Amino acid sequence: MEKALVTDNEQPVFDSEEIQVVAFKLGEEEYAVEIVYVQDINRLLNITRIPRSERHIEGVINLRGNIIPIFNLHTRFNLQASGNEEDKRIIVFQYDELKVGILVDEVSEVLKIKKDEVEATSKVYGSIEVEHIKGIAKFEGRLLILLDLFKIFE
Amino acid sequence: MKMDMSQYLDIFLEESKEHLGNLNQKLLDLEKNSRDIAALNEIFRAAHTLKGMSSTMGFEDLADLTHHMEDVLVDFKEGTLQVDTRSIDAIFKCFDRIQTIIEQIETSGNGELDNSDLIYILQSIKSGSTDSLDIEENEIISPDNLPEESTENTESVFKFSDYDLTVLREADVRDFKVLNLRVEVAPDSLMKSVRAFMVFKAIEEDSEVIKSIPSAQDLEEGKFEDYFDMLIISKTDSDSIIKRLESISEISVFSITEIQVESLSADTEPEKPEIEAIADVDNMVAGKKVSKTKQTVRVDIDRLDNLMNLVGELVMHKGRLEQIGATEKLSDLNETIEQIDRISGDLQSVVMKVRMVPIEQVFNRFPRMVRDLSKDLNKEIDFLIEGKDTELDRTVIDEIGDPLIHLLRNAIDHGIELPAQRVKFGKPTRGTLMLRARHEGNNVYIEVEDDGAGIDPERIKQKAIEKGLIGVREAEEMSREEDIELLFMPGFSTADQVTDISGRGVGLDVVKNKIEALNGEINVESKLGTGTKFKIKLPLTLAIIQALMISVRDEIYAVPLGSVDETTKITEADIKMIQNQEVIMLRGNVLPLYRLAGLLEVPAEATGDDMYVVVVRRADKQIGLVVDSLIGQQEIVIKSLGKLLTGVPGIAGAIVAGDGNVRLILDIATLF
Repeated sequence: MEKALVTDNEQPVFDSEEIQVVAFKLGEEEYAVEIVYVQDINRLLNITRIPRSERHIEGVINLRGNIIPIFNLHTRFNLQASGNEEDKRIIVFQYDELKVGILVDEVSEVLKIKKDEVEATSKVYGSIEVEHIKGIAKFEGRLLILLDLFKIFE
Repeated sequence: MKMDMSQYLDIFLEESKEHLGNLNQKLLDLEKNSRDIAALNEIFRAAHTLKGMSSTMGFEDLADLTHHMEDVLVDFKEGTLQVDTRSIDAIFKCFDRIQTIIEQIETSGNGELDNSDLIYILQSIKSGSTDSLDIEENEIISPDNLPEESTENTESVFKFSDYDLTVLREADVRDFKVLNLRVEVAPDSLMKSVRAFMVFKAIEEDSEVIKSIPSAQDLEEGKFEDYFDMLIISKTDSDSIIKRLESISEISVFSITEIQVESLSADTEPEKPEIEAIADVDNMVAGKKVSKTKQTVRVDIDRLDNLMNLVGELVMHKGRLEQIGATEKLSDLNETIEQIDRISGDLQSVVMKVRMVPIEQVFNRFPRMVRDLSKDLNKEIDFLIEGKDTELDRTVIDEIGDPLIHLLRNAIDHGIELPAQRVKFGKPTRGTLMLRARHEGNNVYIEVEDDGAGIDPERIKQKAIEKGLIGVREAEEMSREEDIELLFMPGFSTADQVTDISGRGVGLDVVKNKIEALNGEINVESKLGTGTKFKIKLPLTLAIIQALMISVRDEIYAVPLGSVDETTKITEADIKMIQNQEVIMLRGNVLPLYRLAGLLEVPAEATGDDMYVVVVRRADKQIGLVVDSLIGQQEIVIKSLGKLLTGVPGIAGAIVAGDGNVRLILDIATLF
């Protein structure tokens, strides 16, 4: 089990202009979510299928005694899976009282990006609809799609 | 500067509700017996605490109301005001108002409410009858043989509160002597506290210590000089007491004087420190023990859930260890695992017990309700409660109140007749309403029983036909029991008149649904003319249930044992088709079959030929579920699937199995 990547960082003199994100891959595209929402990153645990549930619900896992629903964003947004099986991870998010995980093809790294480099967008870059995206972040020539989790799990 | 109290608000609300429940209860006791000093004291204490809490929290209106209420209570306590129906009604009204304010605080955070109407009533009660003092006292003191002699006890070191006086007068009536005792301990005594203890013990052989100076506690800790004073009540004469005490080494009795109770008057300092050693004469005479208050800690239910999760996890990892132990065949490991097994089992049951609450919490709301209702309806009802210590899981407790209120209201409104009618039927004028709870195996039974008119099956049948719930033909074939079961059908209500009490369109079907949602059962027995009994069966907890673990293809599911009637092994050849429906014959009955793999859209194909049928019950009908294998019976800790996954048909929740995987619990009611 891998603990969340950056939790006990020295409390940095946080430049309010900077946010930390976890970058990951879904298919060929690179996405990111703010690290404050990330509770845990795990290898694929045994996922229990939920019969007759919606298609984009992959199932549930047991994370230290908690039952966590796992979403499959590939089926939700029609993405192709990519990469190696052993690179796949489950990222578990927590906001408010809700805990929920998503399947990703690979977790790349934790990045600090400047807020002013996040561009609000009305254009569609990847396969995910605009309303689920907070913006596009440019980082050293890469394009990261910043997901709006609240909208996705609503 | 105003302190931020918001973090205490929850505690305040919870405790206020508790106090309020207690207040209602005790006031009812006091109404029944206006001499119930213990109840009065309890009311006084709870009201006082409530006042303190609300003013600390800054809810001035609430504090003000309780303050005025307390004023009246003080007069009760001092005997300057008589406990009568008018004042009790007024105080009940205050309780209602307090409840309203608390609810208002809970919903809006605002505790402001104009209570001047009630305060006016309270003030008029207080001022209205101050001269009732004499009557009250005459009733307590036996009027005969007032000995005129000794009034020498004026130098008594003791000051008496009204409570003390009441106790002393009561003692006097019962021919106890009240003695003022000064005991000296030898100045060079090394163990003063032990001596004092021995003195207490010697006196308590046949007498009772009312109070002492210094306090009993100080005496116990040796915090006194060479002597101490005691006030005791006793039937033994002074000489033998002196003799008994002086047989203790290093102890001598300096003086012993008898106090004439009649000559005593109350010490009027209001904020007197509480007396230390209280002897309740009633208790002493009856040889009863004064009830001890239990020490408790208030714990957030979330923390208990958390604890429960952790225990569940521990049990799960223990399961893994067991697997390793079994495959590696390490005897040292296996021994340790056995220990862990025992401890985790104990731990689990302790955690379960912690979640249990006495049903008292719910029941205590009812006496007040029954009193008010019967008054409104001009019925005379004795309300009896049995088994309020019965414990249930917190989750069940929270849900059971409303259905019970409904049943009680029904019994009062429709069940128990008016006094005149009861006389006509040769019954006592006072009806009896019983509420019983008891524990049996893994269930709790709650019964609501009245000795009222009973249910007329014919009338129910007629009504059901009128409302189109059943056909005439159907009705003819129904048994008596089935007739009465009609009560639970949606849309059924027999009340000819819609009253405020019951029959507001909410029928017994709602009660039944609620009980069934709790995995419980409800049924009714009734005899026309003699009464009705509703019997509710509930599981002890909703968090842990017995389940049958089954598998289909490579998936494992849990079926709550409560809905399983039996299991049986079949082969493909046993299955017949009737009207496009797969069935088997089970002991001469046709049992419709559903293949679980199909219902749950299990992707994999069947591998073996083995087939088992789990016979489950849904709404009184039996249905066969075809599964691949039966794994066994198991106690499972139910977990919710969470907000995002609620309402998936056929799934009631999840469990974490011994191997750490999540298994789903089937919900028979919504599976098909």
